[in-house]
Amino acid sequence: MRYIEPHGHMVSRTTDDYLAMVTAGCKAVCEPAFWAGFDRRSAEGFYDYFCQLTEHEPKRAAKFGLPHFSWLCLNPKESEDLALAADVLALIPDFLDRPNVLGIGEIGLNKNTANELKVLEQHIDLAVSRDQLILVHTPHLEDKLKGTKLIIDALLNHSGTRPERVIIDHVEEHTAPLVLDKGFWAGITLYPESKCTPPRAVDMLETLGADRIWLNCACDWGVSDPLAVPKTALEMKRRGHSGDFVDQVLYRNPHRFLSQSPNFRLQEET
Amino acid sequence: MTASQSPRQRVVDLAFLDARSKLIDLAAFLDRVDRHPGSEDYRVAALKSALVELSGNEPDRARRVLEALSDPTEEPAPRAETQGATGAWRPPETCSPS
Ligand SMILES: [Zn+2]
Repeated sequence: MRYIEPHGHMVSRTTDDYLAMVTAGCKAVCEPAFWAGFDRRSAEGFYDYFCQLTEHEPKRAAKFGLPHFSWLCLNPKESEDLALAADVLALIPDFLDRPNVLGIGEIGLNKNTANELKVLEQHIDLAVSRDQLILVHTPHLEDKLKGTKLIIDALLNHSGTRPERVIIDHVEEHTAPLVLDKGFWAGITLYPESKCTPPRAVDMLETLGADRIWLNCACDWGVSDPLAVPKTALEMKRRGHSGDFVDQVLYRNPHRFLSQSPNFRLQEET
Repeated sequence: MTASQSPRQRVVDLAFLDARSKLIDLAAFLDRVDRHPGSEDYRVAALKSALVELSGNEPDRARRVLEALSDPTEEPAPRAETQGATGAWRPPETCSPS
């Protein structure tokens, strides 16, 4: 079995996790910029993080033969401070030409505030103006439905948005149809308690179709499972889905979306 | 799993014990909360309200449970009071005065 992990915060993971992922069939890992678990105090902190995502982490992954790609942004949890956001946004353009950068992400909303929305719109504008793919984080738990609606409106309000170049992540049963109906890609995140389980993910694939959906584990510094994606393949097989269906969802779908970035190139394996 | 099994039977066989276990966990959670005096937490109240979605035969129960636990407002919040989420929407009238 082969798979792509399109959303993993590998700077928070151990080398044992890299080894386990590669052993399970991982062919590429993509790492969106994320909240560190605490608020960074300055733009310099973000500069260092962007260097980590574009220089250091790809080298760490390469030791396991795993191609590593990254997405850059200011996380919505840190968007309340508009002055800091402006300083960080000014840093990003210089990093977009680095060879492992796929686009702008994971942008989005957290508590659905007016300031978060402003910073989201600035990120969308940057992505469109630089012809970058967009990876969107939708809010947690009770905030997800409202936030997903606000995010879709913000994306569609920008005349340059091309939905086929945007993936809206962390969808669940109440938000996935909203995302897919507007032509966006949808990401299902397999994450304990706060997001989705393997059985529910396969339910959504069965009811919504697998055309524009990818699965990811979003493993980070919290309780999370870097092998959640290959474990979901087991759930698919238990229900009688074919190996080709598993390959489509776990490998060909993320490959198709990510290949819209000229930086996403893999040595194809059969 | 056998070739003669219907798909419906197959999904029940695969997941029934897991679903049963989760239902009993939920019942035990509510008992645990009620063993202690005090007023109803808004999250527990929301959970109980969402439970009615399970008892009918309408489809999309998961979607309706998620919607029942969601913030139904539409306007952006003026500011973030906290960075986290609790899992259930707290109606403004039940907020304690600060
Ligand atoms: Zn993430």
